[in-house]
Amino acid sequence: MPKKLSEAVNGEHVLIQNMAINGQCTNNSMRLMDMGLLPGTPLEVFRISHYGGLIIVKLRGFKLSFRIKEAENILVTTI
Amino acid sequence: MKPNQATYALVGNPNVGKTSLFNLLTCSRYDVGNWAGVTVEKKEGLIRGKRMRRHFRHHGYGHGHRCQHGNRYCDRCHRTIENHRIIDLPGIYSLAPVSEDEQVAVNFIFNESVDKIINIVDASSLDRNLYLTFQLLEMNRPLVMALNMTDVAKSYGFSLDTDKMSEQLGIPVVPMVTRVGQGLDKLYDALVEPAVTPEFQIKYNSVIEEGISGLSKFFNGNLAPTEYRWVALQIIEGNQELKERYIKQESMADAYQLLLSMSEKCKAPLADVIRDERYHYLEQFLADVKIIEEADRVNWTERIDRIVTNRWLGIPIFFVAIFLTFQITFTWVGTPLQDLLEGWFRGPLSAWVINGMVALDLQPWLIALVVDGILAGVGGVLVFIPQIFILFLIISFLEDSGYMARAAFLMDRGLAKLGLNGKAFIPLVVGFGCNVPGIMSARTLENSRERLVTILLNPFMSCTARIMVYALFTSIFFKSHQGLVIFSLYLLGIVVAILLGLVFKKFLLRGETGFFVMEMPPYRIPIIKNIALSTWDKGKEFLKKAGTIILAMSVVLWFLSNFSYSGMVEMSESFLAALGSMLAPFLAPLGFGTWEAGVSLISGFVAKEVVVSTMSIVYGAGDITTQLSATIQEVFNPVSAYAFMVFILLYAPCMPTLVVMRKEIGSWKWPLFSIVYSVGIAWVLAFIIYQVGSRLLL
Repeated sequence: MPKKLSEAVNGEHVLIQNMAINGQCTNNSMRLMDMGLLPGTPLEVFRISHYGGLIIVKLRGFKLSFRIKEAENILVTTI
Repeated sequence: MKPNQATYALVGNPNVGKTSLFNLLTCSRYDVGNWAGVTVEKKEGLIRGKRMRRHFRHHGYGHGHRCQHGNRYCDRCHRTIENHRIIDLPGIYSLAPVSEDEQVAVNFIFNESVDKIINIVDASSLDRNLYLTFQLLEMNRPLVMALNMTDVAKSYGFSLDTDKMSEQLGIPVVPMVTRVGQGLDKLYDALVEPAVTPEFQIKYNSVIEEGISGLSKFFNGNLAPTEYRWVALQIIEGNQELKERYIKQESMADAYQLLLSMSEKCKAPLADVIRDERYHYLEQFLADVKIIEEADRVNWTERIDRIVTNRWLGIPIFFVAIFLTFQITFTWVGTPLQDLLEGWFRGPLSAWVINGMVALDLQPWLIALVVDGILAGVGGVLVFIPQIFILFLIISFLEDSGYMARAAFLMDRGLAKLGLNGKAFIPLVVGFGCNVPGIMSARTLENSRERLVTILLNPFMSCTARIMVYALFTSIFFKSHQGLVIFSLYLLGIVVAILLGLVFKKFLLRGETGFFVMEMPPYRIPIIKNIALSTWDKGKEFLKKAGTIILAMSVVLWFLSNFSYSGMVEMSESFLAALGSMLAPFLAPLGFGTWEAGVSLISGFVAKEVVVSTMSIVYGAGDITTQLSATIQEVFNPVSAYAFMVFILLYAPCMPTLVVMRKEIGSWKWPLFSIVYSVGIAWVLAFIIYQVGSRLLL
């Protein structure tokens, strides 16, 4: 069942399906894609902090943190 | 024939040591201009350096040999070393720009030709850096890779097989640690080698490959066949400009059709497909060349992070860290060291200087200039060295260990309300030591507007200089509540900064949504050498400020305070006193409308530390603490003392800070504006405190 990355929970392993579900590809999503978040990339949601508005994900051997607002644009499925 | 002149472009992600490499290559001597039409800085310089001279010495250069073109070159290997220009391009993550800065870099790469591109890459996050590298390689132009931060990679537990990398990519790969200048010789060698065109190619899926050949038929005469592949790829990825420039007019419609059919066959945006395949290739490449040495480190990092970024524990842990930082800096280590240093300065050192000058039979006014002007002024600043360096040491330790990234993560939400992001946190913390390096740290922010706001807010972080003033006044008027009062001043500074930040957000950042992406590196035990270098980097700015600006201004101040039209006079009749008296009426409503206060504030403009030494001079006190406190108690009362401290906290950034602001922002407009609003805010707040306070409490 696909859902938004912003709806994931701590420790969940997901697979990215789509990087721009809100229609257009913003500058921010392009930046994330250039950094390796691509459709088909497996991620581990290390920590999602709704209070702080940030998410930390593990991918390709390193950890990246970005805003939940960006995560709302990303569609994933649970692995 | 080897070229006498060569131009290189320096390309890479932000924050990988590009500036450090540029400085190494040019010996920090370069020209700064602007890229045409935009407010992006353009740095260009000649490759210089002692290592180059060593090359000459080794090869037997020595005798000023110049060729017919006026270029210097080496007799033995005939390599021309001078007249090699290097241009620093803004940091980019890929050839698809998202900001003005990036656009400049990409335009340059596409349109200008250089002899070689130097691609600087961070060995500890190759996964990300290589994406750009592959795109550059696909352009099939001469490239040299500077593989920087190999020491960081090692401390993360892995290393890279540079020979294999070089072989597979077809370009020289030079491991370096720019921070300590390691690898520079090999880089020079790689640069002066004859240029080799890498034959690197990523094979994409059949649809894309057919698309590339298909588009190649539509190119007009403006494009050389060797460039067809990368331009075709760019067009497939959506680059309109290149499409219009290189596709024949009559074939535009066909090209469009082709792209459309490709899109249908791939069932996904073409740019995504290409990006995906590049990353596939990247992963395989990395698996080939990365050598994992220590897998344990990752596990520890996980465990620590679960606590440190925990919802409930994260922020308290953060505050404990901040508290400890300040405790160590001020109470435990810094202040005792400072007292020691001050004792030595005023005692043995001053005596030695005075005796020396008397022995040399120098003019009394010169002796006075050196002792009262220079020693007092500069000395007053230098005694801060222990505290500042300790603060920077702790910050560098936190940065190196990886904690700072987590702190930025925790601070992001708060800072986001001001339109900034978590990364702005570090420059502001450094600002608590000294605003000068604090402002310089703002360079790590990628967005120029966010950088501007962070720089403008920096002066409201109470620097150590202001503590000196606080310490003096609180020890006299608020002895029993010293800590509390000083803390209240710190807090006031932060509150004003927050309010001002909100104002700036509304008018300067105008709805731009900040973007926060930060890598969380694995934790590690900091390497002493690295922290030492990092501390020195920050601290040397403070020393430079003291050594130059404050020294110069101390002399000026001394002159102004001892002279008048009629020659050398008492301070109360000097130029400075006249200036002070002009200010006095404006300061009266604030509770300190005397020429002495005016004079102290003027001198504080030079450097806020100077306020105390000036006060000790104007109030004629020999020994600072005892006599000065007696005099001060006659002139100030608790309320006006607090108002005075608030004024010092908020009014105009000191001169060195303004100079650095100008340097980092690029114009005088903002520093001057900051003087205006900070003096305004200082005046209003001090006014309220004094008027209301004296009615309520006295």
